[in-house]
Amino acid sequence: MDLRRDVFQAIADPTRRAIIALVALNAMTPSAIAEKFDSSRQTISKHIQILTECELLRQEQTGREIYYHFNPRKMKEIADFIEPFRNLWDDRFNKLESIMKKYKSKK
Amino acid sequence: MERKTKIHAEEGKQELLITREFDLPLALLFKAYEDPEIVEQWMGTKVLKLDNKKHGGFRFETTDPKGNKHRFAGVIHEFIANEKIIRTFEMENTPFGVQLEFLEFTRLTDETSRLNMHIVFRSIDLRDQLLKLPFAQGINMAHNRIQEVLRKLK
Repeated sequence: MDLRRDVFQAIADPTRRAIIALVALNAMTPSAIAEKFDSSRQTISKHIQILTECELLRQEQTGREIYYHFNPRKMKEIADFIEPFRNLWDDRFNKLESIMKKYKSKK
Repeated sequence: MERKTKIHAEEGKQELLITREFDLPLALLFKAYEDPEIVEQWMGTKVLKLDNKKHGGFRFETTDPKGNKHRFAGVIHEFIANEKIIRTFEMENTPFGVQLEFLEFTRLTDETSRLNMHIVFRSIDLRDQLLKLPFAQGINMAHNRIQEVLRKLK
């Protein structure tokens, strides 16, 4: 399930989540998306590329412009999935483990 | 990095299994649940009450970055040191309702142990909503960030 892993990589990044949220409101051109961020245009276009490869965004040609649309079907697939929940617990338990290791060595 | 925590959520069921193996002796793992000061550290919460015994209860309070306070509470049905805790859990002022939790602590070796958490929800929908919560928060954070960015542009 390489594709699924890629989708989670895609949404792991805060900038990419912000792009998804923007495009979900309105289909946008790459330059309109880039304008909303402080990062360079190149960086943003790399993010857009990753999101497109994961099918979270899809391109549509309108006249001379390319617009990016949000693909809600793909998002549903992720939303149903439990990875973020697992990460939450994993982080919590990692913390428990490291606190208790220190606690042990203190004694 | 490999994620050591396993979550088993079967479709169409109102329960959830969380399993984690720790690089800790059983007694230390259990202590992390028993000692209020340690609970505060790893749960990132303030412990208002932790009465670890049958018919006891607990109340936790967290403060988010905006200063809003969120309270979590439950009652304890069973508390057997180094073995198990049976308790209820509820996020106050949320629509998630109360859930029933069975925590089992098992010794694997002298230096390793395992925790099994079996959580039962009132309905399948409530379970699925809770599973989606961290993801929804991620999206909300993204929205907040956009609002900040847009404010700067004005």
